[in-house]
Amino acid sequence: MPGPPVTTAPGVKVRVVTLKINEHDIGARETDSILDVAQANHIRIPSLCFLEGLSTWGACRLCVVEIEGYPRPVSACSTTVSEGMVITTHSDRLKRYRRTILELLFAERNHVCSVCVSNGHCELQDLAAECGMDHVRVPYRNQPYAIDSTHEMYRVDHNRCVLCTRCVRVCDEIEGAHTWDVKGRGIECQVITDLNQPWGDSSSCTSCGKCVQVCPTGALVKKGTAAGEMEKHDEFLPYLAQMRGNQ
Amino acid sequence: MLMDRPRTERSAVVAPPDDDKRWKIIDVTMRRNGYSGHALIETLHAVQSYFGYLEDRSLRYVAMSLQLPLSKVYGVATFYHLFTLKPQGEHTCVVCTGTACYIKGSRDLVAAIENRYGIKPGQTTADDALSVLSARCIGSCGVAPTVVLDGDVLGEQTPDGLIAEIEEVL
Amino acid sequence: MNLEDLAEIAEQSAEAEKKQRHCVRVCMAASCQSSGAGAVLDGLRQHAEQDAEGGVHVKSVGCMGLCSAGPLVSVDATEPKTEVMYKDVTPDDAAELYSSLDGDPLERLRCSTDIPFFARQQRIVLKNSGVIDPEHIDDYIAAGGYASLVRAVTERTPADVLREVKQSGLRGRGGGGYPAGLKWSTVAMAPEPHKFVICNADEGDPGAFMDRAVLESDPHRVLEGMALAGYAIGAEHAYVYIRAEYPLAVERLKKAIKQATKKGLLGRRISDTTFNFEIEIRLGAGAFVCGEETALMASIEGLRGQPRPRPPYPAEEGLWECPTLINNVETLANIPAILARGGDWFKGIGTEKSTGTKVFALAGRIANSGLIEVPMGIRLREIVEQIGGGIPDGRRFKAVQTGGPSGGCLPEEHLDMSVEYDTLRSAGSIMGSGGMIVMDETSSMVDVARYFMEFCMTESCGKCVPCRAGTVQMHGLLDKIAEGRATQTDLDLLEDLCDVVQATSLCGLGQTAPNPVLSTLRYFRHEYDEKLRPESERWPLLPVVTGDN
Repeated sequence: MPGPPVTTAPGVKVRVVTLKINEHDIGARETDSILDVAQANHIRIPSLCFLEGLSTWGACRLCVVEIEGYPRPVSACSTTVSEGMVITTHSDRLKRYRRTILELLFAERNHVCSVCVSNGHCELQDLAAECGMDHVRVPYRNQPYAIDSTHEMYRVDHNRCVLCTRCVRVCDEIEGAHTWDVKGRGIECQVITDLNQPWGDSSSCTSCGKCVQVCPTGALVKKGTAAGEMEKHDEFLPYLAQMRGNQ
Repeated sequence: MLMDRPRTERSAVVAPPDDDKRWKIIDVTMRRNGYSGHALIETLHAVQSYFGYLEDRSLRYVAMSLQLPLSKVYGVATFYHLFTLKPQGEHTCVVCTGTACYIKGSRDLVAAIENRYGIKPGQTTADDALSVLSARCIGSCGVAPTVVLDGDVLGEQTPDGLIAEIEEVL
Repeated sequence: MNLEDLAEIAEQSAEAEKKQRHCVRVCMAASCQSSGAGAVLDGLRQHAEQDAEGGVHVKSVGCMGLCSAGPLVSVDATEPKTEVMYKDVTPDDAAELYSSLDGDPLERLRCSTDIPFFARQQRIVLKNSGVIDPEHIDDYIAAGGYASLVRAVTERTPADVLREVKQSGLRGRGGGGYPAGLKWSTVAMAPEPHKFVICNADEGDPGAFMDRAVLESDPHRVLEGMALAGYAIGAEHAYVYIRAEYPLAVERLKKAIKQATKKGLLGRRISDTTFNFEIEIRLGAGAFVCGEETALMASIEGLRGQPRPRPPYPAEEGLWECPTLINNVETLANIPAILARGGDWFKGIGTEKSTGTKVFALAGRIANSGLIEVPMGIRLREIVEQIGGGIPDGRRFKAVQTGGPSGGCLPEEHLDMSVEYDTLRSAGSIMGSGGMIVMDETSSMVDVARYFMEFCMTESCGKCVPCRAGTVQMHGLLDKIAEGRATQTDLDLLEDLCDVVQATSLCGLGQTAPNPVLSTLRYFRHEYDEKLRPESERWPLLPVVTGDN
């Protein structure tokens, strides 16, 4: 895993550079990433695996931007700015790339919003809306994935996972437990706990729930939040009524 | 000498899963690398060569000895194709599926094995006698198509010839 | 060990050679071993031992090149000096071959060395390959080995060495073709005290076996190149990252490191100077992506071999965040010769922008498959038709695939192209590490594209979305086209995905994964078109589940 993004020790002088993003002249510290600089200047660049506070992973490729003179687009989260850069964040080509990447993500696993617990609170769903991905041209793979409900508080549904590894990074870098990691390679990749054992049997999990909070989709959720789990309990009513009647 | 390796060697603190003598050899590998986490892949190579495959308790022992998270060890063990988490058959036949072998008919070899033994690459016969694997180019392209039968490289194979070779070792 | 010591070893072995009547060399590289070279060697050795007259030296050597005709044996006579090569030698031939040593050559097995396969080659990297015994360091020293290193550390400055490499114009032989001198000077200029040299021996391209042959046939040449690199850039530690699929190369490399360390040519205080250089071996475990520099470093650190975004480049922040020089086996194997004969000499070989020679692994539907080293700028046609001996069985040439899964297929009209980094790239392929697979009319190009896509799909590390999910979809589409279930819409989608995966993938593996599809589309589009169905048949082709079945 690459180290944390470049931070500067206090007292060390950082050079300020000037660059252009979408025709705007911008000044920035040379240690900042393109994504940092864009955010600070209220230029929105779509991103999924990036999360402030965690190390940069650079894998979702949604934050790709074009830099004049570069042979191919680069990811804004992992590229630091330099003097005179001319950056485009929303060309037609980039928009098309982002839509296609989202299509690939939606088709990879079973992202069906209408039956997902995170419907309406999902970063993937929001990104699809933002980037104008209104249909998927590639076939859904329709691979069945397991749901692990063994943890007493949380649940992992691999059908909704986008392999952004935010859970892996937060568990390792912030909680220090390193319960999560990724097994396999390529399309077979899957997040695992300990030796690929049920989450409930994990000896290293501290049940802190940080992984659940950083998950962008409905893959990691708190139990009791799914529609089917919204149980109503009205058994108390006859009892209370009886008590009142006895008065 | 590497700067992030501990200067004083850590010693093994974890007892092996049982008194099998092979654990001693695994320990030697880990000690040679100062029980550093960087030695994970080297250690897994050692475990696989002495035990034939990586079972859960081996992974657990290696993780504890090198002080690595369990999930990280599992992640590394499943990333690399040469590591196997399942026991292999008594004999192994690796069919090379590199480009030269592909052009010269490695598909026919795989089909012949499947016809005769009913197993595809990655599978083992029910009696544990034969495992078939596929490899990404073993670098003997000059004599394609090639197979590696129990460690011996056999070049210029034909479907019938290969079956005869396998029958001979079984 | 100083230059006089090296000269003494060379003299001793020249003396020993004079006493020999014949030197019989048996190729013991992996290909010939698989054809039974081991038994041939044993047989010949037995005869030599029982020979009362003596004076016959039977030697196990590395790759002689013509793998398809193995096992190969070459016989040298000292007086008069002659060389005869034999092909397809079986253990049963050993007796007859041995008894022919003092008489006329055994015509039945003779393999002419005047054929273009041997005559057209120019050997720098493979100079010792098939000549010296790779398991004896003295053989390498007698052939002039380690002189470049000893001379450099005792008489030249690191800057001198660097200048020579820059002057040579040598470009990385692993695929990218990045100027080696430029890479070296970036690492040399880095201010950090700790630096590393890595030899990338994770030769993963299917159909490429140059690095395996070099390591099996002449391991000391690579070690010497690494030590020279270390001296030039100021590194004291090095790793060879080598595939575990090459057990013989690993074994010989281990032996070579041990021998060189014992002689004081590696390890501490080389040639009694202050220069220390230690080399460790790290085994790969079957992951093509580990040929990518950042993934390779992750693997050396004991992690999943997943690449990370560049910059920072390894030359600035590499192994354990130290400046790291990564060069491929063949690149490093060129270094001792460049230092011995000078950068200008090297520059004089090949073309202006692609200097020196290149080793190619010739395989597939071709008469002479094996290993060749030719000057850059040679015509592709010469390689295929003359050196390779053309297509067997009277079939027609269709395409030659260069650069492995990252490369492309070139058709007949490009055969007169000169082989250089830039010309290959402009034709839609790449030099790559040097695999050359020849295909004849029996190969379907859609199948070939599907084969490479399947390779990229299973070798994808799974980190970035375009490569992980994109290659799977592209493979599915190629499947559909190959099986005649696709329409024009599918082909359009395939081309669209090629563009996205090429432009947005994280590392070189993903960025080049569409190349075989793009190059076959460029030159063989009709083969795709022939397999398409009319658009009107698009929907009924979906699988329909009815109540009857």
